[in-house]
Amino acid sequence: MIRRAIVTLAAAAIAATLGAGLAGCGERPQVVQYKQGKYQGKPDQPAYATAPWNGNKQEWEQALATRNQAQNEYKRIR
Amino acid sequence: MARMKFLCDAERCIECNGCVTACKQEHDIPWGVNRRRVVTINDGVPGERSISVACMHCSDAPCMAVCPVDCFYRTDDGVVLHDKDLCIGCGYCFYACPFGAPQFPQAGAFGVRGKMDKCTFCAGGPEPNNSEAEFKKYGRNRLAEGKLPACAEMCSTKALIGGDGDVLAEIYRTRVTSRGRGAEVWGWATAYGRPDAQKQPGAAPAPASPATPPGGGSKS
Repeated sequence: MIRRAIVTLAAAAIAATLGAGLAGCGERPQVVQYKQGKYQGKPDQPAYATAPWNGNKQEWEQALATRNQAQNEYKRIR
Repeated sequence: MARMKFLCDAERCIECNGCVTACKQEHDIPWGVNRRRVVTINDGVPGERSISVACMHCSDAPCMAVCPVDCFYRTDDGVVLHDKDLCIGCGYCFYACPFGAPQFPQAGAFGVRGKMDKCTFCAGGPEPNNSEAEFKKYGRNRLAEGKLPACAEMCSTKALIGGDGDVLAEIYRTRVTSRGRGAEVWGWATAYGRPDAQKQPGAAPAPASPATPPGGGSKS
């Protein structure tokens, strides 16, 4: 009776070991799955997202527009 | 929404390479990589013209079209950027780009080709704005600081201007109408020689015509 139980336990242990071993041999995909024609990289923050703009797009655009006009010396010197 | 562009006024560019230096300095660009460079046409000939060239941030970018891993993206402001974590350094973008903008740093001692590097319009890349990771991979993010690209802002003659394309066009139009010339110097005719310009005195002889010795005839 005891011997039969031991054999059953041993068989179960061997089956579990084999199962775990087989699972270890399994292969999971290790490359990125590309979608043709679509950006696959990390998302980027808008330039005005962080300090000193903190999401204030209008203020940021105004700052850039001022810099843009500073390149026009015809306007700057008149 | 602004559409960011560069414009180089060939009438004003004096080939000082200040834009190249400013770019290198601003982004700590390694040796061998030139995000921006100055190209001179008819170098040494009276009437030579120079323009500063980098990524033009094309509206329909060929690099973006050919990239096999789709690592390129365009921001809301029309700046073409790419994710270096995804780039495989294959070089297709270099073949596709008509301006030779993509650069490939030598990553190893034996000249192994690294991941692509190019002008970012001083807008960084897909990392947190003004973070160390962004600076290391893409350089400084001046747009997030409310500034325009360093090359344009550094240009002493304001030949190179950068920013909203509509504003740049207006600035250029004002210049051309004020000085009364210069609209024709930008483009195909300048790069490949206008037939009427070659006939003008002092202009470079056509490359096809062989130079004749002062004495006249040739030795037989």
